[in-house]
Amino acid sequence: MIVNVTDQAGVDHELEALEGWRVMEVIRDWGLNIKAECGGAMACATCHVYVDADWLDKVGAPSDEEEDMLDTVGDVRSNSRLSCQILMSDALDGLKVTLAASAAKDDVAA
Amino acid sequence: MSGNEIVTDVVVIGAGPCGLFAAFELGLLDLKCHFIDILDRAGGQCAELYPEKPIYDIPGFPVVTGQALVDNLMAQISPFAPEFHFNRMVNSLVKQDDGSFVLTTDADEVFRAKVVVIAAGGGSFQPKRPPVPEIEQYENKSVFYSVRKMDDFRDQDVVIVGGGDSALDWTLNLQPIVRSLTLVHRRDAFKAAPASVNKMRELVMDGKINFLLGQVAKLDGADGQINHVHLTMDAGDLSIPATRLLPFFGLTMKLGPVADWGLELNDNLIVVDTEKFETSVPGLFAIGDINTYPGKLKLILSGFHEAALMAQRAKKIVSPDERVVFQYTTSSTKLQKKLGVA
Repeated sequence: MIVNVTDQAGVDHELEALEGWRVMEVIRDWGLNIKAECGGAMACATCHVYVDADWLDKVGAPSDEEEDMLDTVGDVRSNSRLSCQILMSDALDGLKVTLAASAAKDDVAA
Repeated sequence: MSGNEIVTDVVVIGAGPCGLFAAFELGLLDLKCHFIDILDRAGGQCAELYPEKPIYDIPGFPVVTGQALVDNLMAQISPFAPEFHFNRMVNSLVKQDDGSFVLTTDADEVFRAKVVVIAAGGGSFQPKRPPVPEIEQYENKSVFYSVRKMDDFRDQDVVIVGGGDSALDWTLNLQPIVRSLTLVHRRDAFKAAPASVNKMRELVMDGKINFLLGQVAKLDGADGQINHVHLTMDAGDLSIPATRLLPFFGLTMKLGPVADWGLELNDNLIVVDTEKFETSVPGLFAIGDINTYPGKLKLILSGFHEAALMAQRAKKIVSPDERVVFQYTTSSTKLQKKLGVA
């Protein structure tokens, strides 16, 4: 199955994914610019993505805990999700997301 | 450099789980440790990122929370009385002609040590920078990520961004001294102490502060001084006059000064051997998430193993002439005395 990811520079990537993998893990393993520093524990928000409008219904809404974590980034939109909370499945084959600026590895204050 | 000089066997940079356990292994070998950490308490990621989260892969603990693991490690190393220097960052690390190291911190201390262990995990915790164009040029002049001196905010037009305890606490603390204060958060829900949220809402009702639902999109200003903050809001975009901005989006990790210490790095990780976990600089070790070697797994248990092997080599560096006999804590009365149990 496939995840389509647009990176922060606007470049599109078609990534091979496996069922049950977190979208964050797919993006990280393919080497795109994602910090994902807590490793999927929903303890940061550095795997922030925007879900393409066509996929919002299938992906569903974030949990309250995920909403709380989204408070720690400054570029939230109505289609914001933490990619560690989206698990790949047949229903999401072809999913399209865009990496947020706040997911970039170097997004820290000097 | 002002006066505070500390001489010790080993300086451990980073008081996360792997660094803490290093103090145990070093202590069994009679080596004295000083810790330097940028956070205000021990525990590293376990304490900062996931104190309440259960960990399932610590040998001997079917389940333990991040904070409980840290508490247990602190109890385990207490017989060796390591010393902790919190809220500090190591600025420089220089190897001396005699093989020892001199470290300086941003608190103007100087440490002299024969061995240095970098156990800094993902790097030092730094405030998250919101993705606002050109925010860098205003940082530490009119945009701050913490309040060091309240006076910097006196009679200013302050915008605070965020929905956590830091944002709420500083809204309440700064309100009496500022000229105006606007709290900006992306939604009308807060992850903060309910009492603080209630007080903030009272201040809004009394017209003493403003609360706006939105996010910072852009800053206007010159020479490091902001004069307007542009917000994107569901209700339409808005520009508000401001002379100080305080974004509170929590912390994230950054390799920091370690990158400048001349070590062999691979993708921002420190390359070590798997016999001693020594870096490309003799006497300088790296353990835990910050190191890399073939087959490396970023697991706490790997860091514990690395600490044990590192300590053996550190002992030989500190006491080259002493014959070290490998002993078990279960049977050695010598070790048990050190642990205070015999």
